[in-house]
Amino acid sequence: MAKITFIQPDGTEQTVDGDPGLTVMETAKMNLIEGIEAECGGACACATCHVYVDDAWKEKTGAPSQMEEDMLDFAYDVRPTSRLSCQIRVTPELDGLVVRIPEKQF
Amino acid sequence: MAADGTASPAPIETDALIVGGGPAGLFAVFELGLVDIKAHVVDILDKPGGQCAELYPEKPIYDIPGLPIVTGQGLTDALLAQIKPFGATFHWGQRVDVLQRMGDGRFRIVTDAGTEFHAKVVVIAAGGGSFTPKRPPLNGIESYEGKSVFYSVRRMDDFRGKDVLVVGGGDSALDWTLNLQPVARSLTLLHRRDEFRGAPHSVEQMRALVAEGRVSLLIGQMTALDGDGSELAAVAVKTKDGESRIAVNRLLPFFGLTMKLGPVADWGLNLHENLIKVDTERFETSEPGIFAIGDINWYAGKLKLILSGFHEAALMSQAAYKIVHPGKKLLFQYTTSSSSLQKKLGVS
Repeated sequence: MAKITFIQPDGTEQTVDGDPGLTVMETAKMNLIEGIEAECGGACACATCHVYVDDAWKEKTGAPSQMEEDMLDFAYDVRPTSRLSCQIRVTPELDGLVVRIPEKQF
Repeated sequence: MAADGTASPAPIETDALIVGGGPAGLFAVFELGLVDIKAHVVDILDKPGGQCAELYPEKPIYDIPGLPIVTGQGLTDALLAQIKPFGATFHWGQRVDVLQRMGDGRFRIVTDAGTEFHAKVVVIAAGGGSFTPKRPPLNGIESYEGKSVFYSVRRMDDFRGKDVLVVGGGDSALDWTLNLQPVARSLTLLHRRDEFRGAPHSVEQMRALVAEGRVSLLIGQMTALDGDGSELAAVAVKTKDGESRIAVNRLLPFFGLTMKLGPVADWGLNLHENLIKVDTERFETSEPGIFAIGDINWYAGKLKLILSGFHEAALMSQAAYKIVHPGKKLLFQYTTSSSSLQKKLGVS
């Protein structure tokens, strides 16, 4: 299990257990974390699972793929740490991962 | 009579009106056709295939019975081939707005383009809802829509002499940059990164216009709108160099499409969490003669799978037959052995 912390725009923090093999989006949905829509169900086709990865975790989570970059064009307030959470797979190396939920999912 | 005083075209008379041309709506043409029910299909997209064609045309689907692997577009093309013998009429680029029952028991359907249908049955195969352009979440943007902010270009001349800001990185943003540059007073293209998803040839042409100083290219994102609530004066933008203000009076944001339930919510049908409740014998809604199949419906145990929409279309057609051909007995036949079905399919 890897611990994943979701921080809401108002600062509220929720730390949950992430199953390795699932994505950060699926982990959020299973734990009823607010603010992640995932309209397309994780197909990298909608950009509504947008999150900001904490600076300290940017290198470990890695950069978006070309397909993900294309979909990030459809997200709002995209920042250098933006990722689509359906494209981040939970691994033991990500134990302690912190992501921030954006103000709005576009 | 139309608003401008001209006579409206006569309503289209049909057995069945199918709302939605995605996989469920397309296969409904087949099942209805086998029982001699002719159909017209309406969809807001400008092409068949619904979510399959719009969201994942190139992505593989692995759970279509009989097709171990097929792309969204591949499935759409296969369905179009399968339903071709039945000669359905398609109305793309229109959204069904009005659905009401008429005095004779049939239904009156009117689209946002003014097309009117009179149908004996209606099959709602609206999937996740109508595809509508994504609205950038900028404060107050709604009041500018239709006056200074547009999500499509009906007439290029409306942009003549205007200071235009086009936002986006795909074919729509590039095409309108190229098309409007000759008529606009100024044209700025804004995208969050200096990489474009659109056709390479369009990107080349855009870059040439930028090099010639005829289009301004800004890399950044919108943060706010400035104006009197109807006429836009400027758009605030943040780039790597900080915040700036671009003086424009026309904004064209191209951020793709999203699905909205839309007019379906206003038709008086019983809903369950924004999905249309149906029975599992006929897939009929709370209104006799109106059916709902595919992702748009709900019943105990419902799964939003394409194969579910196919099954629901088959049962729906048996029920629709009783309404469209009252008093006639429906003989259940198999396509493998029935010469009359094979004749309809054009394979005998």
